[in-house]
Amino acid sequence: MWSFHKWFERHSLILIIGILVVVSIGGLVQITPLFFIESTIERVQGVRPYTPLELAGRRIYIREGCYVCHSQMIRPLRDEVERYGHYSLAAESMYDHPFQWGSKRSGPDLARVGGRYSDEWHRAHLIDPRSVVPESVMPPYAFLTQTEIDFEQMGDHLRVNRMLRVPYTDEQVANAAADARAQAEPMGNYAMDFEARYPGVAVRDFDGDPARVTEMDALIAYLQMLGTGVDFETYQADTPGNRR
Amino acid sequence: MTAAVKKQEWRIDAVAILAILVLGSFYALWGIAHAADRAYAIQMWTALGAFLVGSAMLVLHISRGPSAESVASRYENGVIKAGVFASMFWGVAGFLVGVIIAFQLAFPSLFYFQEFGWLNFGRLRPLHTNAVIFAFGGNVLIATSFYVVQRTCRARLAGGLWPWFVFWGFQLVILLAGTGYLLGVTQGREYAELPWYTDIWLTLVWVVYLLVFLGTIWKRQEQHIYVANWFYLAFIVTVAMLHLVNNMAIPVSFAGWFSYSLFSGVQDALTQWWYGHNAVGFFLTAGFLGIMYYFIPKQADRPVYSYRLSIIHFWALIFLYIWAGPHHLHYTALPQWAQTLGATFSIMLWMPSWGGMINGLMTLSGAWDKLRTDPVLRMLVVSVAFYGMSTFEGPVMSIRAVNSLSHYTDWTIGHVHSGALGWVGFVSFGALYCLTTWLWKRQRLHSFALVEWHFWLSTIGIVLYITSMWVAGIMQGLMWRAYNEFGFLEYSFVETVEAMHPYYIIRAVGGTLFLLGSLVMVYNLWRTARGDAPAAERAGDVPAAAAVAAE
Amino acid sequence: MDYQTANQFAQTWGLWLLMACFIAAVVYALWPSNRDTFERAARAPLDDGDDNGR
Repeated sequence: MWSFHKWFERHSLILIIGILVVVSIGGLVQITPLFFIESTIERVQGVRPYTPLELAGRRIYIREGCYVCHSQMIRPLRDEVERYGHYSLAAESMYDHPFQWGSKRSGPDLARVGGRYSDEWHRAHLIDPRSVVPESVMPPYAFLTQTEIDFEQMGDHLRVNRMLRVPYTDEQVANAAADARAQAEPMGNYAMDFEARYPGVAVRDFDGDPARVTEMDALIAYLQMLGTGVDFETYQADTPGNRR
Repeated sequence: MTAAVKKQEWRIDAVAILAILVLGSFYALWGIAHAADRAYAIQMWTALGAFLVGSAMLVLHISRGPSAESVASRYENGVIKAGVFASMFWGVAGFLVGVIIAFQLAFPSLFYFQEFGWLNFGRLRPLHTNAVIFAFGGNVLIATSFYVVQRTCRARLAGGLWPWFVFWGFQLVILLAGTGYLLGVTQGREYAELPWYTDIWLTLVWVVYLLVFLGTIWKRQEQHIYVANWFYLAFIVTVAMLHLVNNMAIPVSFAGWFSYSLFSGVQDALTQWWYGHNAVGFFLTAGFLGIMYYFIPKQADRPVYSYRLSIIHFWALIFLYIWAGPHHLHYTALPQWAQTLGATFSIMLWMPSWGGMINGLMTLSGAWDKLRTDPVLRMLVVSVAFYGMSTFEGPVMSIRAVNSLSHYTDWTIGHVHSGALGWVGFVSFGALYCLTTWLWKRQRLHSFALVEWHFWLSTIGIVLYITSMWVAGIMQGLMWRAYNEFGFLEYSFVETVEAMHPYYIIRAVGGTLFLLGSLVMVYNLWRTARGDAPAAERAGDVPAAAAVAAE
Repeated sequence: MDYQTANQFAQTWGLWLLMACFIAAVVYALWPSNRDTFERAARAPLDDGDDNGR
């Protein structure tokens, strides 16, 4: 009687299979449905893929570990909506490989920081946070102004994103390096082409250093677009497809 | 004849390992030649150096042959001794980085440097978490699992040189990870920051680890597989599964460190926290429960309170844990059904957790006096008490209403540390004290008074840490949602940061005490391993059993 | 199989199946004739054939 359990004790391979079956159920039931339930991601207008410069800024955001202190996920709680703006939608991070929702707010949420502060403020704050906010505990990032952006691999970055179903056009992939430069050089030769490929996107010298396109340009370009995509005038939270 | 056979085995292992090292060197050379960025080039130089040193060590080892001690011993102990050293080293390093980043948040203008961007909080914090969880915890788990599986199976560790490959391969993972974080090489996923090439190397090391562990079980003289080994096995197998699924990514170039994760947004978030929570469940819990189920009975010299309970504990724990991940994503853009599912299982998880705690504590039933006389046993038992405390706090924090307050605050940090310092830290320290006396075959530890010092320094440190973080977290959560009489938010964000200042200082002091305690342990273990004469101690400081043995 | 069907299955048969597995594990652990096996197993760390030098 009950000899079946003796398999587990006596036969290590069967024990392993038992373990695998037990620990697989949770993941299968929880994770896989997210990929094929349509209502997981809301239908919204305005969310677009990152420009090459913003994508480079996002890589700096990841590299510097900004996510360990800043979330990008506003919860639908009264105080958060009043403090940070409309609660975050799944659609707003659908092109984020990886997601950067974060888990801790040693600093404020950044999901809708775009457009809240001027480029000058960001620059001064990143160079020396306590010169702008005396009580801040944030590290200084002056070195971002020293490093120029590496344009060489821009096209590859967009190409890999497209493999992951981020809808970049052939033209955008082919001109990635030029576009990264153009976004930070409003007076440059390619600004018009850039605006044609990314309509409505801000083109300006983000770091106040017209001679070079630095990591500071890229990071500020990224920060300034965060949370600005969705058109909440047309977003209907109460339609059945968007209710969760 | 056996010696000849053994030698033959050794050669096959050695050739295979050498082949891996040579292939690795070629890849590293190719990477250096084609490196797309500086950070990747430095990583490849590091790897190349490690592979070359590894090859030299291997050749030297073979030319010398097995040591007399290793041949005479029934069990393979060398790799476990190395694991004890590595655990101590990485433990102290990880605690030190933790103390540094705690001081950075307490005194930012003193502990940040404009010229040294690589010492910023954002780079050191992953270094801290990875050093304590994977470097310290991982080495403790590998060392203890190799010790326990041999004794409970009454079989020598399988695989000849392969256990050494696991040990050194794992140290290389740590080296690449740690230097990489300082260089800004990260995937941006908490507790899964390793870049793609280190992930692949870790996968190889982990598969060999599983095979060595299984191979030893297959050679066993006992019919029954002792329950501690079930926990270790669940830890090894499940961590492999989590690691593979969560780290699926496409590198931009094979000669660069950056990769894009296969999933995005909400799917990526759930995959990551399914991984993240089960890193807690299977790395920091199941593995260390394996330690509990061997070292507490062994040190108390009595069998576990209820073997039956341990079976139920095992299956219930591994089944329930795997579902709990979504409680990290309450009120986010994750669909609510997933959040509810995660919270429900988190609360149910309280039961097997406490079942395990009771099983550990009650092993002492009828011998409670040993707690007074044996500081090592006390450390092990207090770790189980902390386990009970944090596995009660966890389910509470997974309730949506509580989580709406606690999430994003330092309460979470406090919770993590009550588990990490109290449970994982203390059970590891207890195991290291035991292993050092047993492996170096000493009558007793060098000094029991120093164990007392370690115990009290660490305990006071933990209490300061978790109480300050409770207060800080709850206060910050309440301040964020406070309204004034006009119906406006009462506090700006930076006012809540300012309010944290005193608690960040207390936390940093608590962490420093914990670090000091660990240094006391290292000194004591080093003296013990060296075989120095035991320190003269008052009779009351020496456990009865050790006093008898010494006579 | 679409999500609805899978969900339906999980909440009915799946639930009972898992309950049955759990009860089976509990019953096994408590089955009287297994007592001796477990008592022997529980002593494994104590009689491990290694005197640890003491």
